[in-house]
Amino acid sequence: MDALIEKLKREIIQQLNLVDLKPEDIDADAPMFGEGLGLDSIDALELIVLLEKTYGIKIKDPKDGKEIFKSIKSMASYIHANGKS
Amino acid sequence: MKPVISSFCHVKNNTVRVDAESQFEGDPLLPFPEFASSAFRHLGVAYPKFFKMDNLSKLALIASEYLFRADPAFLAVGGENTGIVLSNYASSLESDRIHAASIASKQAYFPSPSVFVYTLPNIMIGEISIRNRITGENAFFVTPFFNTNLIVSYVNLLLEEERTKACLCGWVELDGPAYEAFLYLVVPSSGTRKNSNFSEHSTDNINLLKNLGFGIL
Repeated sequence: MDALIEKLKREIIQQLNLVDLKPEDIDADAPMFGEGLGLDSIDALELIVLLEKTYGIKIKDPKDGKEIFKSIKSMASYIHANGKS
Repeated sequence: MKPVISSFCHVKNNTVRVDAESQFEGDPLLPFPEFASSAFRHLGVAYPKFFKMDNLSKLALIASEYLFRADPAFLAVGGENTGIVLSNYASSLESDRIHAASIASKQAYFPSPSVFVYTLPNIMIGEISIRNRITGENAFFVTPFFNTNLIVSYVNLLLEEERTKACLCGWVELDGPAYEAFLYLVVPSSGTRKNSNFSEHSTDNINLLKNLGFGIL
């Protein structure tokens, strides 16, 4: 799981163009939206694309998105439970 | 009295000039993305959103940042009273091409939302507006050349009818490696500005200032 979290951090930095951020700067438990990483709605859509493109996972119910993308750790847990990692 | 041009900024050939004076000179061999990052970092501004923009919006934002920094009183009229009227020829072609490539294959169909949002040239106005809290009148024209007649007519009318109290105007063009941004600030002639060397907002003066920035008369 730790390896998946680190991999996910690198992928998110690249996918979302988070220039000036390194994986060690990101707290896996911190909120991704609002505070913490401060991601926005376009970033949310990019994360959905990342889930499908890299992990082959399509989110069936949009309402699940809030919990899935709460933090990098929650996103990694979802990937671990639902797709190839 | 006609509105006047209070300041202007020209970004071209990896150089940023405001009122014809150099503000930043990047390595002339750098491709635009690298030049843009260095020009923006030179401002010392903490605005990570810049790095998520496409190259066209980055170009517009760099020009506006340097311009507003040189003339901070411009925004004193308030965001709701500030207009933005920009134009170009290539529209948002660079982002359009990237988006088209991302949806070309049915087997690997993964359009990127962060690319798609920039497939309209007026998004650069949105980025400048978000950064500076501008909510006034705005328009974007795609024309085969910098149509100063159109811009002068439209913007002078906005100011004369008090639809806006100040306006950021100009040309922001990017297609492949070629790019150029020429932005200038227009205010009513009665406004108090940072210096007294104002030019009437006219086609002749716009063309003069646009060529003046890089020593071409």
